[in-house]
Amino acid sequence: MTEPTEESVRNEVRAWLEANWNPDDGLVEWRNKLVDSGWGAPHWPMQWHGRDLPVKFNTIVDEEFARIGAVGVAKAGIRTLAAATILAHGTDFHKEKFLRRILTGEDTWCQLFSEPGSGSDMAGAVTRADRQGNKWVINGQKVWTTSAHKAHWGLLLARANWDVPKHKGLAYFILDMKQPGVQVHPLKQMNYHASFNQVFFTDAIVEPEFLVSDVGDGWTVATTTLMHERRGADALRSWAVGSDRKGRIYDEERAEIATTMEPYRWYPQRAGRVDLVMERARETGKINDPVIRQEIARLLIMSKSAEWTARRARAAQEQGKPQGPEGSLGKLVSSHIARQAARVHTYISGADALLSGEDGPMGGVIAEILISVPATSIAGGTDEIQRNIISERVLKMPKEPSVDTSKPFKDVPRNIVAS
Amino acid sequence: MRFSFTPEQDEFRATLRRALEARSPTKEVRRLMATDAGFDREGWKKFNQELGLTGIHIPETYGGQGFGYSELGIVLEEMGRGLLCAPFFSTAVLATTAILNAGTEEQKKALLPPIAAGERTATLAFSEADGGNEAGTVTTTAIPSGSAYRLDGTKSFVLDGHTADLIVVLARQPGSKGDNGLSFFTIAGDAPGVDRHLLKTMDETRKLARVTFRSAEARLLGEAGTAAAPFARTMQQVLVCLANEMVGGAERLREDALEYVKMRMQFGRSIASFQTTKNKAADMLVDVELAKSAAYYAAAALDEGDDDLPAIASLAKACAAEAYLQTAIHAVQMHGGIGFTWDNDTHLWFKRAKSSEILFGDANEHREKMMQHWTH
Repeated sequence: MTEPTEESVRNEVRAWLEANWNPDDGLVEWRNKLVDSGWGAPHWPMQWHGRDLPVKFNTIVDEEFARIGAVGVAKAGIRTLAAATILAHGTDFHKEKFLRRILTGEDTWCQLFSEPGSGSDMAGAVTRADRQGNKWVINGQKVWTTSAHKAHWGLLLARANWDVPKHKGLAYFILDMKQPGVQVHPLKQMNYHASFNQVFFTDAIVEPEFLVSDVGDGWTVATTTLMHERRGADALRSWAVGSDRKGRIYDEERAEIATTMEPYRWYPQRAGRVDLVMERARETGKINDPVIRQEIARLLIMSKSAEWTARRARAAQEQGKPQGPEGSLGKLVSSHIARQAARVHTYISGADALLSGEDGPMGGVIAEILISVPATSIAGGTDEIQRNIISERVLKMPKEPSVDTSKPFKDVPRNIVAS
Repeated sequence: MRFSFTPEQDEFRATLRRALEARSPTKEVRRLMATDAGFDREGWKKFNQELGLTGIHIPETYGGQGFGYSELGIVLEEMGRGLLCAPFFSTAVLATTAILNAGTEEQKKALLPPIAAGERTATLAFSEADGGNEAGTVTTTAIPSGSAYRLDGTKSFVLDGHTADLIVVLARQPGSKGDNGLSFFTIAGDAPGVDRHLLKTMDETRKLARVTFRSAEARLLGEAGTAAAPFARTMQQVLVCLANEMVGGAERLREDALEYVKMRMQFGRSIASFQTTKNKAADMLVDVELAKSAAYYAAAALDEGDDDLPAIASLAKACAAEAYLQTAIHAVQMHGGIGFTWDNDTHLWFKRAKSSEILFGDANEHREKMMQHWTH
């Protein structure tokens, strides 16, 4: 077999799309064709709905889809993390049962990692997994779970052994969310949205074949999920928008995107809306205030130099250079930018920044910025954790002496969580 | 190439860094900064000629190597890192860019080859007693006298003005105002009517002079009365060059402070294991990397041409100014008591950070300039 080239991949996918693409297909019907052909996930293994192509060809495939206007497989949400984790660690049973319906978008997934008592310290999870016969019985509580109320399946990290150090006693399960032992309640945020849920387990059941890791290896599997979550965080920042074309499949795709993206509709405000600053400054005349001009300039310097730093990191990656420090800074810098943007929006709006909703500037958008920005420095790894990652991994500084990793987890002091 | 360096550029940087480490250890910096000249004329000439540094961005037609601002930026970054005491910025950046921007073909052919060959040092005299960076505030006058001009007035904050072989002077026609009537002139540093006074500077590695002209005979550079535009262009290039020099110094300070805290033990453990120290080190990395991105982007923008250049140059300078100074403040703090002593090297870069912050306009001034470009 000859090595695939950009040209051969392009020709092949183009020919396949021209022969098969039909905008009058139903969304799931079309995606099943994609799964059968392997063009929905070309970098996946041949055996599991892919074509074994190097990941670098995905851009070519995406370009050809865009050229003809073809809809792709379901990519948004936790389902992509589930797929990556199952491909890396799952059994053939898992792959058989879940991968196709992940790609077609028929199944929705959620991630059951964070708990009220363990946010940054995720390996300190205390949700219990106890064996009863050959089944697992789950009791405890998870939090910050996106889409839990819609999810069919959950990626669950739970403690199966309390007599070993904390990283060693975890197991990783796939949990059926549609069972009586699982209760989902929305979690209302300080900005009025409820994008996440609290999930309560009362004797929820996991059948034995739904264990992904061996008991004790749950943390390793969770690390795979988290690694893909960090990578995907950038993709999420580029806002998913449906095509404006007419046709049954496009309608179905738009509906899917609207549902998936609904919890994230305040995310642009969370990042500070740097894009609105100049327009607002002009509208209000504050563009002529020398003090505010200085603050705007500080913001623009931050956001421009952050953008150029991200592009340096990407260029180095594309050239195959070893990763420099510039690739690890984006998350922390985005917090600085969001905070400075909130300051600037406050100065620009003046007294109007007191008002929200239809009484507030831009129909409430400015108020939503001011009360959403605090999430940026917490969600997806707090600034404090980011600084530890940078100092320990990039700058090779020593860890703080640890008090919790060398003794049985049952002896480690932990939060008392009201139930 | 605004976001990465080529393998050739990386190799050039590595060679230069090794050469500068040998040439400019801090012992040598301390020796030279204590002299009036501020550099060792023969030693610098030899070093410069071996590496062809002052000709790096001078076109080959004028005896240079014909590289661009990205390569010049690398030289400056490495010099800022090594705190090299030499009249490089004054000669290769200030005077050379002014000559390239304003000079006639004939003048460039006459003035640039000796600079490229390392045989002549030079500087640009534009600021006066108020230390301003705007052409409009120039009061030094030039009156035609035969085929030459007579200069009268006092320039201040002239980088290496007390030693430069050639001084490029920004002066105006008597009675002219603002950007009108401005011209560049060239005059030998030791010409009759030129009085040079070395100023005592906070940053001893960067020598500044007050230069007084009393009916001093000078040659016109370029076309009479049209210097405002080439001067503005020169200042943009100068800012980008300084930003690149600054990020080199900032990175060196950051690395030294990091090395020190990893070594220093208190309370029975490395102080680098305290989160308060680690947080500071992470913040320093963010500041320096962002400033580097801006400096590199700006240098490439000069090479490629960019309508936003006035804003980008000011952005790079403002960004580097805050990053360098903040890094210096943290670096002293991370060294603790020893960081405040004369014998510890941190203060050498601290002072360079301070002088760089102010030179050619501070961060407030450049944030405002950036906004003017982006809001008009």
